[in-house]
Amino acid sequence: MRRSIPTDYDASLRLIPDPAKAVGWATLLAVLLALPYLVGNYWLSQFAFIYIYAVAGLGVMLLAGYTGLISIGHAAFLGTGAYTEAYLTARGAPFPLAMAAAALLSTAAGIVIGLPALRVRGIYLAIATLAFGFIAEEVFARWESVTGGNTGMQVKPAIFLSWTLRSQASIYYLALGVCALVTLATINLVRSPTGRAFVAIRDSEVSAQSLGIPVARYKTMAFALSAAFVGLAGALYAHKLRFLSPEQFSISQSIDLIMLVVVGGLGSIPGAFFGAVFLIVTPQAIAIAKDYLPPSVGQAPGLQAVVFGGALIGFVLLEPSGLYGRWVKIATYLRMFPFYPAGAFRRQKSFQRSERFR
Amino acid sequence: MELAQQVLSGLAQGCVYGLIALGFVLIYKATEAVNFAQGEMLMLGAFGCLALMRFAGLPFAVAAVLAVAGMGALGALVERVALRPLLGQPQFAVVMLTIGLGYVARGLVSMIPDIGPETNALDTPYKGLALRAFGLVVSADHLAIVATTLALCASLYLLFKYTRIGVAMQAASQNQLAAHYMGIPVKRLNGLAWALSGAVAGCAGILIAPIVFVHMNMGNIGLKAFPAAVVGGFGSMPGAIVGGVVVGVVESLAGFYLPEGFKDIAAYVVLLAMLVVKPTGLFGETLRKKV
Repeated sequence: MRRSIPTDYDASLRLIPDPAKAVGWATLLAVLLALPYLVGNYWLSQFAFIYIYAVAGLGVMLLAGYTGLISIGHAAFLGTGAYTEAYLTARGAPFPLAMAAAALLSTAAGIVIGLPALRVRGIYLAIATLAFGFIAEEVFARWESVTGGNTGMQVKPAIFLSWTLRSQASIYYLALGVCALVTLATINLVRSPTGRAFVAIRDSEVSAQSLGIPVARYKTMAFALSAAFVGLAGALYAHKLRFLSPEQFSISQSIDLIMLVVVGGLGSIPGAFFGAVFLIVTPQAIAIAKDYLPPSVGQAPGLQAVVFGGALIGFVLLEPSGLYGRWVKIATYLRMFPFYPAGAFRRQKSFQRSERFR
Repeated sequence: MELAQQVLSGLAQGCVYGLIALGFVLIYKATEAVNFAQGEMLMLGAFGCLALMRFAGLPFAVAAVLAVAGMGALGALVERVALRPLLGQPQFAVVMLTIGLGYVARGLVSMIPDIGPETNALDTPYKGLALRAFGLVVSADHLAIVATTLALCASLYLLFKYTRIGVAMQAASQNQLAAHYMGIPVKRLNGLAWALSGAVAGCAGILIAPIVFVHMNMGNIGLKAFPAAVVGGFGSMPGAIVGGVVVGVVESLAGFYLPEGFKDIAAYVVLLAMLVVKPTGLFGETLRKKV
């Protein structure tokens, strides 16, 4: 068993405490950077989608996993980011500028939603965000001068100075870069005082308040940051798909985003990546499995719904810490191989905190 | 006259919202869980009735009663198999679980041969009939909805007011622990609440089937019941019906007087307005913990 012993005070502040891990990360980064030279366009495109959904997943993770606020309307922020990016790109804005604007506008929307969210809690918040999601979808469909309405709109390729991002590889690198930056930002955020305040609010709002954490400000901040990340993901999404229409930002997209964090593992950063992989790989696996199923099952329009719903039920009931939690358990088992204690990850008995009294 | 006609059709639509919201409230009051699959339970009820008529050749009345009873049994089963292991887990887990259940129900229904992927009409004996009075036209579908809603509300009121089981359910919903100490079988009552909720959803599904047709996505109407439940106050049963009617009438009027597109979001605008103005709803009770 390997253990790193800190020998100076900075050791606990380093992002990567262990030189062996640094080698691992560098290898991973090198492989991902070399990927366009190794695999075809189809796989490249799937990887880009995983990065985009991971960015969105990190945004949702910050809100649902770290601050404990449920939102069932996050597709609205994805849509805000995507349409802002498409609108500005069509008017010749370079992509760094357009993406910054997409993130900013999405943040503004997040603050607008975050403010009423301070008045309501628990299930009311989920319902309020659900309502917001429906209203936003309707706005995308009706504001035809900007969004093209239900007929949808084409998105021009991203431009920067004289450089146009047309190829699959350039979008891949753009998504990889944004994803890496957002991941770094999230890692640093959750170990900063702000991130710790988020976690404190999640675990107990009353105790957080008693410790002097301005709950209202941090909740709004969580909403704003979450919306900013999801808006960035939306901007990438617009360039990746090259075509936007309102039904891409419907309630089922919002539920997909929530499903991503639940299946991946709530309250963990790798969980967002596990969830993104699940969300992208499962439909492909279903498409392959379709040929081997009886036609009444294989051709049914609801096959994907059954698989996603079943996965959701299975994870909630059997593995609430998600794919990442399962991964940690397997890794621990292998590392401690002959001496794995039986009750290492036993679930704690818990009691429901009633929301009726406030 | 136009106004009255719009209000009338909104009233009938609102009664359906109210019935779905009543299902939410029954479960929420008993277990403090929010059932996002309520709309899918409505869909299953309608499909059950349709399948019994189509495949078993039963008359409408028998099929409807059997479907409602079946939905009650299904509600109890879901509580026993899926919800009870989650007792004590955060509410978020229940929300995700019921969303998953809804997805699975929707997908499984689409796999039923012949009727699953199609949009089906449910033939009711009162199809096409209408009542004309004072220059207004009320279709029999709408009348059936309003009458059944009133009957259901009355029987639920009697159940909670005068029967032993009803009073026990009230006690359990006020304080589960105290009820448990008094010898009330709280877990079994939770199952009963789910069964009642399933049966109410089944009724709503059969009632609305002649208007919206029976198809795999008809459960989306369940999401409209959230505004109804919030307007009424989430834990109040008369509030659910009143909230449903308010939402139905507002929606109907918005569809008539406002530009296209407002009808679909009117319910959600009402919801957000209600949350900003009075989050506890019209009939909501604010309980405070006394320390």
